[in-house]
Amino acid sequence: MDVGDIAVLEREDLDMLIAALRSMGFRTIGPVVRDGAIVHGAVSGAHDLPAGWHDHQEPGCYRLEQDESPELFGWAVGPASWKSEFFAPEETVWRASITAQQVTLSEPDDAAGPVAIIGARPCEVSALAVLDRVLMGGAHPDDRYAARRDGAFVVAVECGAPASTCFCTSMGTGPSARGAFDLALTELVEGGHRFHVQVGSEAGAAVMARVPHRAITESDRSARQDVLEDAETRMGRSLDTADLPGLLARNLEHPRWEEVAKRCLSCGNCTLVCPTCFCSDVSDVSDVSGTVERQRRWASCFDLDHSYLHGGPVRLTTASRYRQWLTHKLSTWWDQFDESGCVGCGRCLTWCPVGIDLTEEAAAIRAADGAVATGERRAS
Amino acid sequence: MAMTATAEHAGRPAPQRGTLSPEPYRVTGRRLEGADVVTLALEPHHGRPPTFAHGQFNMLTAFGVGEIAISISSAPGAPGPIEHSVRDVGAVTHALCRTPIGATVGVRGPFGTHWDVDDIEEGADVVMVVGGIGLAPLRGALRDLVDRRRSGGGRVFVLAGMRSPDQILFAEDLEEWRRSGAHVAVTVDVGAPGWQGPVGVVTSLLPDTPFDPTHCAAFACGPEIMMRFAARALVDRGVDPRQIRVSLERNMQCGVGLCGHCQLGPLLVCRDGPVVPYGGVADRLFMERQR
Amino acid sequence: MTAGSRPTLAVWKFASCDGCQLSLLDCEDELLAVADAVRIVHFNEMSRAKADGPYDISLVEGSVTTAADAERIREVRRTSRRLITIGACATAGGIQALRNFAAEGEYLGAVYAHPEYVSTLRSSTPISAHVPVDLELQGCPIDRGQLLEVITAELTGRRPVLPVHTVCQQCKGRGTVCLLVAEGTPCLGPVTRAGCGALCPSTGRGCFGCFGPSEGAATGPLAERLLDDGMAPVDASRLFATFYAGNPTFGDQAVALSRSDSRADLAEQEEPT
Repeated sequence: MDVGDIAVLEREDLDMLIAALRSMGFRTIGPVVRDGAIVHGAVSGAHDLPAGWHDHQEPGCYRLEQDESPELFGWAVGPASWKSEFFAPEETVWRASITAQQVTLSEPDDAAGPVAIIGARPCEVSALAVLDRVLMGGAHPDDRYAARRDGAFVVAVECGAPASTCFCTSMGTGPSARGAFDLALTELVEGGHRFHVQVGSEAGAAVMARVPHRAITESDRSARQDVLEDAETRMGRSLDTADLPGLLARNLEHPRWEEVAKRCLSCGNCTLVCPTCFCSDVSDVSDVSGTVERQRRWASCFDLDHSYLHGGPVRLTTASRYRQWLTHKLSTWWDQFDESGCVGCGRCLTWCPVGIDLTEEAAAIRAADGAVATGERRAS
Repeated sequence: MAMTATAEHAGRPAPQRGTLSPEPYRVTGRRLEGADVVTLALEPHHGRPPTFAHGQFNMLTAFGVGEIAISISSAPGAPGPIEHSVRDVGAVTHALCRTPIGATVGVRGPFGTHWDVDDIEEGADVVMVVGGIGLAPLRGALRDLVDRRRSGGGRVFVLAGMRSPDQILFAEDLEEWRRSGAHVAVTVDVGAPGWQGPVGVVTSLLPDTPFDPTHCAAFACGPEIMMRFAARALVDRGVDPRQIRVSLERNMQCGVGLCGHCQLGPLLVCRDGPVVPYGGVADRLFMERQR
Repeated sequence: MTAGSRPTLAVWKFASCDGCQLSLLDCEDELLAVADAVRIVHFNEMSRAKADGPYDISLVEGSVTTAADAERIREVRRTSRRLITIGACATAGGIQALRNFAAEGEYLGAVYAHPEYVSTLRSSTPISAHVPVDLELQGCPIDRGQLLEVITAELTGRRPVLPVHTVCQQCKGRGTVCLLVAEGTPCLGPVTRAGCGALCPSTGRGCFGCFGPSEGAATGPLAERLLDDGMAPVDASRLFATFYAGNPTFGDQAVALSRSDSRADLAEQEEPT
């Protein structure tokens, strides 16, 4: 098979695909059920995948249930995003031993070998591309991220079961696969459990050369089309993206920011579940023996000290921090990286403890475009 | 913590390091500027320092304490070590200010946008409005501009606001630029016995400064509120907002656009700044609260 | 630091359970390294040896509940160059601050057979209510890693790395599935200061706030969410009124909940009049 080719993989041969990846030296990580959610874990065969599990998502609420269906990918997205595979939640970026005579610096090599991620949704494939541009696309790439990302293999799975919190169709990231995947599967259950397979790269073609597959038929094609069309109709939310960057840029003093701040916990969950949020803190720790480590960990723009400048934080209020987050995702990300920072995965709605809905907040601002809170506009 | 380098690596090329790993530099000189500012002269353990441009910054590490963004205060291409002027305001700057000659600090950079003084129209006046340590990133540019003035370039005006007469930073430089033909005016927040000069905010010096607003380039560097008022005052005098530049400051933890801390609206200040035009960029940002 | 010698460290106990002091003893291996760097001159849990002040670093555990202790803390402050309070009792009054919310003598009568022999102050107060404090280390008990970090930072002259963000961020970092969202389990993680490593949620239990409120904690919206999930106001009140009841952020929320019968009541109380 070549890049762009399409074939069909029978359900019973899915193990062969996973085995092929493992034999080629990839760690295979995919969706597994743990603690009442679909998260990422080691997958050694199809038996590890969440057969019959479905997620029910609402803002601030997530529940899993299992039925008799043989579906392995009958769910939308879980709390874990793939960024954690490449952008470590917490890591040591260098370690130095310091004596009176010298400073010896070393960078921990924590490479665990190339990873194959199985079951990345189209929105998540887009999210990785967004993160790649931020962390690898500039003049000073993040070498630690790049080391994990380079050579990673992406098995995307097109979305057949969007949640009520999903809005990838609005953001142009799904439910069909697009962008940088190696293989994209579509799970087809009606008329025989099988997968529609698109080859997205040379590496994908090399894997398929080791996996039994058959030619695609017209009924396979239309079965995939049905899955995707059905997914589009079940998309739970939408976001009007018409001039969205401009809308937010001209509404920085909108009363809605103060209103949402009354509900917002400023806890940072939205930023940590977001597959594109990339902020990190660095801090140096030392022990009494003279060893120094520079540590980096995920950070959130909802932390008060995130904007700390000598004299105090710049963004003191929850309103200013929520505004920073939302305008960055939907507006200034375009200025900085020429694309949207939001891919429409809906995680920030579901995993917000109080269920704040980004699509609702943006719509509220659009509904009263130009509104200015009393006394908000500072005399300049 | 006193640190010196081993001699064994001297002369070898610097090893390839990660984006977030500093290069070891040796402190080869230190000079006290006022009560709480120290200018450190730094030379790399290995090879030569990378080239830099006016207004850029380095990330300096005090090993065991932390890392912080500091503007380069020497001139590009000048012989000798590169200089950074550090004001003692927090744990890291405190440790840097206390670093003795011969000790090692970490350096990453140079990063950020710069001010291309070659872009200044021929013969145009240059007006620098600075507050305190805000003079540091412009020190190199001022040296070049004063030299240029000597060889027939435009006039140079330096308006500096300092805390008090005994806290005038870079006093020797100011005096040298004055001798070399620059118009130098210093005001202080709080006067002292014997101080003959003006007392008040730096913008109060502008009305008495005889520059040509229709043919001039300006730079403001200092606290954000000072830059805001200085830029507006310059515009009120008739200066084209696009000919005014400011140097922005935000929390920076990586210096290279990766950590997200320095966001200011559409800008990542470490990447898209610190030097930005006032007209069309900083003027809008200065309008909004808590950005 | 005391010239020419290792800095001295003293550990003081006020009204408390000794658990935070045990965190220091629990450091074992690391404690040996610290013991090389400091001279521990007063630490009742470790040794009967005592040395007179002044002390370079004093760690203070416990709250002030008696008139004698109110006097003693002034003496400790007077003889200490740096005074660091450790734990919920010392920083917020501890669980014994529950009596601040009850009628006088109510808890005393319930606990002691002969309350007439007990002489205490009306309320349990944090050390900072009596003397200036240089640093507060939160937790019930404190985290030993954080304690070592504080001591190391003191010795090396840097700022200790202590998070001010929420427990949620530690849950997300370690990949713990949110109990509140995925199971409806009451959890104070979104308003509680990180530092424990999100221990309870990782074992399936909701956070009960034993590191106190995070910076800018918004307890009101979280309380509403708990009531929306069907929690009785009295139970939600108790959730906020445990180890950090003496901290106004949690204590005031507990009081507001105890006065409300429903979510509507709570929202009404929060509206500014």
